[in-house]
Amino acid sequence: MLEADGVTLTYGATTALRDVSLTLAPGSRTALMGQSGSGKSSLLHCLAGVLVPDHGRILLDGQDVTGLSDRERSRLRLERLGVVFQFGDLVPELTLAENVMLPLQLLGAGRAAARGRALELLGELGVADVADSRTGAVSGGQAQRAAVARALVHEPRVVLADEPTGSLDTVNAEAVLDAMVALSGRIGATLLVVTHDNLVASHFDDLVLMRDGAIDSSRTATVR
Amino acid sequence: MSTSTTLLALLEPGPAYGYTLKQNYDRWFARRRPLAFGQVYSTLARLTRDGLADQVEVESGHGPDRRLYRITAQGVGVVDEWVFAPEPPEASAAGTLHARVTVALLSGRDPADVLARQREAHLTRMRALQAQRRGSTGPELLAVTYELAHLDADLRWIEESGARLGAVREQLVAAREGDDDARG
Ligand SMILES: Nc1ncnc2c1ncn2[C@@H]1O[C@H](COP(=O)(O)OP(=O)(O)OP(=O)(O)O)[C@@H](O)[C@H]1O
Ligand SMILES: [Mg+2]
Repeated sequence: MLEADGVTLTYGATTALRDVSLTLAPGSRTALMGQSGSGKSSLLHCLAGVLVPDHGRILLDGQDVTGLSDRERSRLRLERLGVVFQFGDLVPELTLAENVMLPLQLLGAGRAAARGRALELLGELGVADVADSRTGAVSGGQAQRAAVARALVHEPRVVLADEPTGSLDTVNAEAVLDAMVALSGRIGATLLVVTHDNLVASHFDDLVLMRDGAIDSSRTATVR
Repeated sequence: MSTSTTLLALLEPGPAYGYTLKQNYDRWFARRRPLAFGQVYSTLARLTRDGLADQVEVESGHGPDRRLYRITAQGVGVVDEWVFAPEPPEASAAGTLHARVTVALLSGRDPADVLARQREAHLTRMRALQAQRRGSTGPELLAVTYELAHLDADLRWIEESGARLGAVREQLVAAREGDDDARG
């Protein structure tokens, strides 16, 4: 379970998040929508423990992570979260496969086992053919799919993805989202996906809308 | 017109019996409302009369089921013309969505509320369609993704309209004032 509790975040004079509270139930799949600048990435970064809010708490399985050191938060992220960033953060000097192997290796897996699992996942996402290409030498959509693979490869409890199919056409996006839903279902992971695309949102059960740094609760639809 | 042309097009891969045609039609085009056999045979009779199809063979005394139909060169021409003729663009603007959003803008109601409610309804349907898509191939896949794409387009348009709110509302208000001036 991942929870934001009264989170406020400012960048200098800009208030990006105003008293945001959100609970992601275990195994839930949620789309996070809202206009450009409404605070979606900021919220995702707080939930991921990449940014520390000015006020409020981020609770991961009940533990407040806002008081932890950078190091401790990085460790928790590695162990329990998978994150796809909006503008990608694959290591450009490494191949796609090596990028996907990283979380497994950091968690202690051997090289061969990590590579096997990485190739399997890259295959499922339709980019096996460029697995051994350097990140800088593949298309935006191919890199994006590798980022999705890296977020899922270590079977985290929670997957946070910021526009994970933003560079893909509808049919390829569909394949990636199907794989994300299937994989997260298999490992029982919680999914939060930021998108501006209703078709993408329709892959997930719940919808959360943001407006001007706050959750627009009057327009946030929850099914089930 | 479109049912008969569609039936005609199903003869293009090769001659077929009425029964097979009906099955193919139902499979690809009428999953919710199957064609009646009577309509299949009356359509085939009309197509034959008009020279768009003809009969390859008639086995004696076994009823309409034994008649094998074939498309003619003229028939292929008709299918060709129909497939490539663009639909009048107004066709996609049917329904009340356009009118409702315009009225919302015109009356000062928040189109974001129209969007929110429509999105809820559309997304519920789209989620069901996504689930259906994952298990489907062929005719069903085409039908499901066609509907998904159109629901998506509706939502995108409402969103855009909301974003254009300022400009659109000014135009609407100006138009209304123009009318008032004209009336004196
Ligand atoms: N690093 C930063 N420094 C200063 N302001 C920032 C920074 N990052 C974001 N902001 C501001 O915070 C607000 C929220 O930004 P955020 O990136 O969370 O929006 P978003 O909803 O993800 O938008 P988009 O859909 O365009 O990605 C915006 O006003 C933005 O300009
Ligand atoms: Mg963003």
